[in-house]
Amino acid sequence: MKVLVTVKRVIDYNVKVRVKSDNSDVDLSNVKMAMNPFCEIAVEEAVRLKEAGVASEIVVVSLGPQAAQEQIRTALALGADRGILVQSDENLESLTVAKLLAKVVEDEQPGLVIMGKQAIDSDNNQTGQMLAALTNMPQGTFASEVKVEGEKVQVTREVDGGLQTVELNMPAIVTTDLRLNEPRYASLPNIMKAKRKPLDTKTPEDLGVAVKAHTQLLSVEPPAERQAGIKVASVEELVDKLKNEAKVI
Amino acid sequence: MAILIIAEHDNQSLKAATLNAVTAATQIGGEIHVLVAGSGCQAAADAAASVAGVDKVLLADNAAYEHQLAENLSQLVAELGRDYSHVVAPATTTGKNVMPRVAALLDVAQVSDIIRVDSEDTFARPIYAGNAIATVKSLDAIKVITVRGTAFEAAATEGGSAAVEAVAAAHDAGISSFVGEEVAKSDRPELTAASVIISGGRGMGNGENFALLESVADKLGAAVGASRAAVDAGFVPNDMQVGQTGKIVAPDLYIAVGISGAIQHLAGMKDSKVIVAINKDEEAPIFSVADYGLVADLFEAVPELDGKL
Repeated sequence: MKVLVTVKRVIDYNVKVRVKSDNSDVDLSNVKMAMNPFCEIAVEEAVRLKEAGVASEIVVVSLGPQAAQEQIRTALALGADRGILVQSDENLESLTVAKLLAKVVEDEQPGLVIMGKQAIDSDNNQTGQMLAALTNMPQGTFASEVKVEGEKVQVTREVDGGLQTVELNMPAIVTTDLRLNEPRYASLPNIMKAKRKPLDTKTPEDLGVAVKAHTQLLSVEPPAERQAGIKVASVEELVDKLKNEAKVI
Repeated sequence: MAILIIAEHDNQSLKAATLNAVTAATQIGGEIHVLVAGSGCQAAADAAASVAGVDKVLLADNAAYEHQLAENLSQLVAELGRDYSHVVAPATTTGKNVMPRVAALLDVAQVSDIIRVDSEDTFARPIYAGNAIATVKSLDAIKVITVRGTAFEAAATEGGSAAVEAVAAAHDAGISSFVGEEVAKSDRPELTAASVIISGGRGMGNGENFALLESVADKLGAAVGASRAAVDAGFVPNDMQVGQTGKIVAPDLYIAVGISGAIQHLAGMKDSKVIVAINKDEEAPIFSVADYGLVADLFEAVPELDGKL
């Protein structure tokens, strides 16, 4: 079975973002970029499926600028077999990404598509579900456990009240939650080997998908600053402040 | 212009998040219809009909919708949604699961997790773990939206008298099935609805020590939350996690105990009205958002706090 994993190049999760002074967007110049943490978990899960003999080939896909090749190479170093970059310098919204991925799915015919549940830049949590709709595949979102059994996959999902398990006919889409696994690090020999693994570059035009704007970003602003607080010296003072000043208890 | 709200419910009663979505819909303006799709869910539909501001309830009662599986429910919502200007759901795990699938079936974008309505097509939403607020205008004919519950008041559960209309459409995609669920049991208020929350982090040391927080929680009528570090360390189950990837909360009082205050945790709680931090590291970033900070060993401070309440 072939597994397709998607990875997104995003701002490193430890970086505190700054909003541009003209409020047009956040400032991403000279900021450290990395693979979206949920995508790392998706790659790890695919590699584990391959190690368990369930997956035969792992294809990693990224969409975005030329530089997203770095994130594909990272996935290749972690154990993916080959990469596809759908290159575009335009702003690709979730629906467009899903349409492009649907074309890749059509070409590759994977048994399973594993994606992150959300990207930590846009915080949308949409692309996996949209791809599932466009390919008419079932979806196992927010997965904390994935078990492939024959032609079906059992996915345990993290839902608001606890956990829910669903069974999906394959091919299926799985989106990863944080608890699914602990991603490994790439070793130096594997990073070297990854440089020789095949990486195809395509464009939205090659895939026959028009990049269309469905939303318009009007402005980006920093969130309201909290008033500076005070340090209290004792538990007694804390309780007094909460009762008499903040009046919350 | 009319708005379709997808109710979240357990077939018996409405989940509170649905009421916040009704308020957001009221701010958008227009007739408000609520879809209650489930199995044996008449009671939930009746509850929706009495919510203030609701004009009509659509009841789709069919075994295919019992667990609100995205594959089945999205087809129903997309079919009904074509006649509406807005399709709205709370940004809960159910809403997040189903709505993007609906949007793709309608060939429109989704605006996720809105915190403000500026006009019928313009909304504000947090990005980058809440470190920036984007104002976004939807260019599509049908606006598919999920609503962050903590950003909107709950609509009154009484005062409405909407008619309940049955919807016959049964969509069973037949590609997925419900196997089972493990519901975390708790006698305390639900995390996302609690007015007071006390959360523990890695500093708690182990799961047993959470009993210290529970005792305080009982006195304050509070819910107990946790940081990702506490969940990952196995101290508590993951549905207690507050943060970018867990629950987003905005209680009147949030007490962070042994939590350093990473960006991802702050994303889930920094809209709380009053934040208290108890941490022995005075350099911990949590103190930069706390209204009241106490630099102390939690194992001394929390029992003392418990005694003084």
